Amino acid sequence: METAHKRPNYILIWVYLAVLTAAELALAFELPISRNLKLLLLLFLAVWKAALVGLFFMHLKFERWNLRIMAIIPLPLAVIFILAGMSEHIW
Amino acid sequence: MTHAAATVDQMQPPFPAERGLDVYNKKLGMWVFLASEVMFFAALIGTYVILRFGATGEWAKPGIVLNIKITAFNTFLLICSSVSMVKAYAAIQDGDPKKMRFWLLMTILGGATFVGIQVYEYIHLVEHGFVPSGVREGSELAALVANGTLPAATMGLYGSTFFTMTGFHGFHVTCGVISMAYLYFTKALPGKYSKQDYGGIETVGLYWHFVDLVWIILFTIVYLI
Repeated sequence: METAHKRPNYILIWVYLAVLTAAELALAFELPISRNLKLLLLLFLAVWKAALVGLFFMHLKFERWNLRIMAIIPLPLAVIFILAGMSEHIW
Repeated sequence: MTHAAATVDQMQPPFPAERGLDVYNKKLGMWVFLASEVMFFAALIGTYVILRFGATGEWAKPGIVLNIKITAFNTFLLICSSVSMVKAYAAIQDGDPKKMRFWLLMTILGGATFVGIQVYEYIHLVEHGFVPSGVREGSELAALVANGTLPAATMGLYGSTFFTMTGFHGFHVTCGVISMAYLYFTKALPGKYSKQDYGGIETVGLYWHFVDLVWIILFTIVYLI
């Protein structure tokens, strides 16, 4: 079988993930910023790392659109599910 | 025929495929399973968010109860094992079963070490008095609760959510290690994988990367926030 797309540089993705993990630790324990800003930035970094794993290690970036949709559909459902629970108990 | 072979996508080994999706059955099955797993972990994370941010009292600050350094190392280890898994996948795609076996073995060792470190962490936490019901009376952490360093009101919620989320994730990692070890001994070592047939490696790889992905989220919300 021939490759239909250029293979991603897995080591480069690994370096990104390692650097982002180090950035998370520095942000959580070293940077003197407000708690809410810290929370937002940490969540952003976590989503960024998760996206790198999904797109490049699970090859979603190179998959057919129908499989990508199937993989992505549970994510908004999960967010709705969590927000619905929060709306009832927190807000 | 040559032209047809040259245009085959590398993600499409010549196995029975579902019409429409055009994905071979094993891989499609894994994606459907992973979709259900997203909802499973969403339930756990959602419950944690509601209990934590809906709690009347303060939550324990990160780094007081949990050992961040060892867990950060564990996170890095899981990321490394994800890389070794994808290297095993790339190796068999290139028709190099020897390299594939090496990287698969590295992944199994990485996963097993992750579970070992998590067990060590649990033992350490329980010894210091952090249990699923909160803080054990007379323990080191009970003294921190008594002097106000840790909030008494929410330690029970903290303990139960921590052990539930990390415990279920650890169970998933253990299942992944067992699955990979099974494939290693029954398929990879006897040389049953080839450039034309690597569906098992890709499928178990998807599961393994998902477990890594979930840990990335859990590490942030449980240990850092």
